[in-house]
Amino acid sequence: MCLAIPVRVEALLPDQMARVTLGGVSKRVSIALVEDVCVGDYVLLHVGYALTRLDPAEAELTLAMMHQAAVPGMSAMAGAIR
Amino acid sequence: MTAPRLRRRKLDIKTGLVDLSHGAGGRASAQLVDDIFRPAFDNALLDLGNDQAAFDVAAGRMVMSTDGHVIWPLFFPGGDIGSLSVHGTINDLAMAGAQPLHLAASYILEEGFPLADLQRIAISMGRAARAAGVAIVTGDTKVVERGKADGLFITTTGIGVVPPGIVISGDRARPGDRVIASGSIGDHGVAVMSRRANLGFETEIVSDSAALNGLVAAMVGAVGAGLRVMRDPTRGGLAATLNEIARQSRCGFHIHESALVVRPDVAAACELLGLDPLNVANEGKLVAIVDPAAADRLLAAMQAHPLGREASIIGTVTEDDQGFVQMTTAFGGDRIVDWLTGEQLPRIC
Amino acid sequence: MKYIDEYRDGTLALSIAATIAAEAAIDRRYRFMEFCGGHTHAISRYGLEDLLPANVTMVHGPGCPVCVLPVGRIDDAIRLAMRPEVTLCTYADLLRVPASGGTSLLKAKAAGADIRMITSPLDAVLMAEAEPAREVVFLAIGFETTTPSTALSIDLAHKKRLGNFSVFCNHVLTPPAIRAILDTAHLPPDERVQIDGFIGPAHVSTVIGTEPYRALCAQFAKPVVVAGFEPLDVLQAILMLVRQMNAGHYRVENQYIRAVTATGNRLAQSAMAEVFAMRDTFEWRGLGQLPHSALRLSDAFAAFDAERRFCVVPVAAADNPACECADVLRGLKKPADCKLFGTTCSPEAPMGSCMVSPEGACAAHWTYGRFRDRIPARAAA
Repeated sequence: MCLAIPVRVEALLPDQMARVTLGGVSKRVSIALVEDVCVGDYVLLHVGYALTRLDPAEAELTLAMMHQAAVPGMSAMAGAIR
Repeated sequence: MTAPRLRRRKLDIKTGLVDLSHGAGGRASAQLVDDIFRPAFDNALLDLGNDQAAFDVAAGRMVMSTDGHVIWPLFFPGGDIGSLSVHGTINDLAMAGAQPLHLAASYILEEGFPLADLQRIAISMGRAARAAGVAIVTGDTKVVERGKADGLFITTTGIGVVPPGIVISGDRARPGDRVIASGSIGDHGVAVMSRRANLGFETEIVSDSAALNGLVAAMVGAVGAGLRVMRDPTRGGLAATLNEIARQSRCGFHIHESALVVRPDVAAACELLGLDPLNVANEGKLVAIVDPAAADRLLAAMQAHPLGREASIIGTVTEDDQGFVQMTTAFGGDRIVDWLTGEQLPRIC
Repeated sequence: MKYIDEYRDGTLALSIAATIAAEAAIDRRYRFMEFCGGHTHAISRYGLEDLLPANVTMVHGPGCPVCVLPVGRIDDAIRLAMRPEVTLCTYADLLRVPASGGTSLLKAKAAGADIRMITSPLDAVLMAEAEPAREVVFLAIGFETTTPSTALSIDLAHKKRLGNFSVFCNHVLTPPAIRAILDTAHLPPDERVQIDGFIGPAHVSTVIGTEPYRALCAQFAKPVVVAGFEPLDVLQAILMLVRQMNAGHYRVENQYIRAVTATGNRLAQSAMAEVFAMRDTFEWRGLGQLPHSALRLSDAFAAFDAERRFCVVPVAAADNPACECADVLRGLKKPADCKLFGTTCSPEAPMGSCMVSPEGACAAHWTYGRFRDRIPARAAA
């Protein structure tokens, strides 16, 4: 619910820290809450901690669903009922 | 027989510190002026060594402006408190359409302030003034005890002259006038914030601090009396400036978010801190309100100048007795742009 | 900015809005509550309500941890900060919240209390390490998005064996608050808000997953769609809610699939479970005393609990009687319905927390939307 921003992991640092960037701005943050973080991953950043990894495939799917939603009358996508 | 000449020891700028004697008005004060300020400001009026500067008065309407500068940190990417203060006062004069003539600078120095930093700041001020075609012709220095000033405070005062027939003032906006911004917003505020340790981010963003008198001269030359209002959106950003003018002119605004220019890294830093670029300070940009018939001509003149390359028409003045600055978002919906309450603070929620 | 800009596409927004208008039945009203203050802020900032048809409206919810913090807790924090040995670390969001007697953390700071703004609990731990002579107290607030970070910072302080770090804990939980909004059967009719469905919080759900909402959907027969923060996410979620209502469904759906899973973040959940324990009850501004709705430090970490260390005795404080934050938080009133809005209460002189927090309904309406309160249309230039 609170402000969490998608940032890119540029480098892994000791003590479960990482250097991340957003549009050219960089920060040192904790990745202790996310498992198996790799350079190139995108994570959600909130108060100095990464909360979760962003899934690129699901992100693409979301955009595709949005484009589908832009056409009225298309049958509702099952939408991830999980 | 002549009396022995007192051998004056050179000021130790490299490792020396400001102490209370430098503000006492005696030999130490004079040495500070002679060794730091006069070489940096380099002009005949200052070299006369008087407590005031005397000069001929230009014909026409005179403009005067003053500013106190308390910025922290003192040095930031793209400038320092010195260049900022010179640009700031020159810009305040320029916003009336005036050609700046002379500047005065007074310093409140904290005991213990490194002379090397003072020299760096003084050189920066001299450079900024010369680049704008102005000189710092008189000044003052005082020293206060350790802890009573954040390193140093600078007050700059300037005078200028307005060409005949030009009346530019915040109460002159009329419904239908066009609003032009001279370039990207938010650069300065983000550059300064990036140097504040408790915000913890790094960036290549550089302050846009610059003297705008050259750009203004080109603008006045292009449209003359068609120019109604000019203001530089410093503290409080573009939002504060538009709201101030709305209040003075008893009008409203309608602007388009998609017409605003924001650098990607400034946008990113604002995202990270939860800030709106509309509320972030600028030190080398201006907002101009112009007669609609002259808008395109003005825009062309601005874009032809190095400090106005990214100028864009961002909106229109509207009739609005409640003075709302309304904005159509890039998204298509509408919102208002209000001024920020108090100090701008990053948010987590 | 990747994963941000593509979800702010204005053209796509208009198309999705057109679909919503086409599919929302003309003779029905669709009232959705966005629980989370971050969604309130996004809706206001992007002018999303302008894009919706007249029969689809949004009700602002209480998911703003600043807004639901009772005045008494701010008073407690100020009392802590006034102790000469204490350095109180707080997020900027709390600095201007009005406390009893017209004071605030910002005013206490001006009067000499050592109050410092931080952007991460990690900063507070490092400060305690760097300044062993100070008692560093971190004023912790937030729903489940923020709680794991506090948990890790306490864990770090524990590993570093810091004797001068403690947390004044005000972490609250989302599902009990949603339940309190929905559970209105016992209230008189004029105190019940008509809500047809929820937009579920984005980042709380990355932590807790979507599972916790299932029981609520089933019990109260209302759909919940967990949505991302960007304006296109919100629009898509609204469409999903309209479709569920039209089909007579009341399920949990996940729109924010790129960040939220059914089970959530296990690491974050276990960090919270290790460091925190459930409070029997906690007072929420607007919602009253809610059982099992907030956290305190567990006994194993009692050494880091500021309430125990400093023997904080809670003193209940009353809100300003004219302040309608309580009703605004529950969605009973709109900001413009409050007599104080825009008259005595404004961001310059806030009377209640809904006006101070940037994502409070009143602040959002004031900052972005109050131009809609007046009747005559603006003259086009």
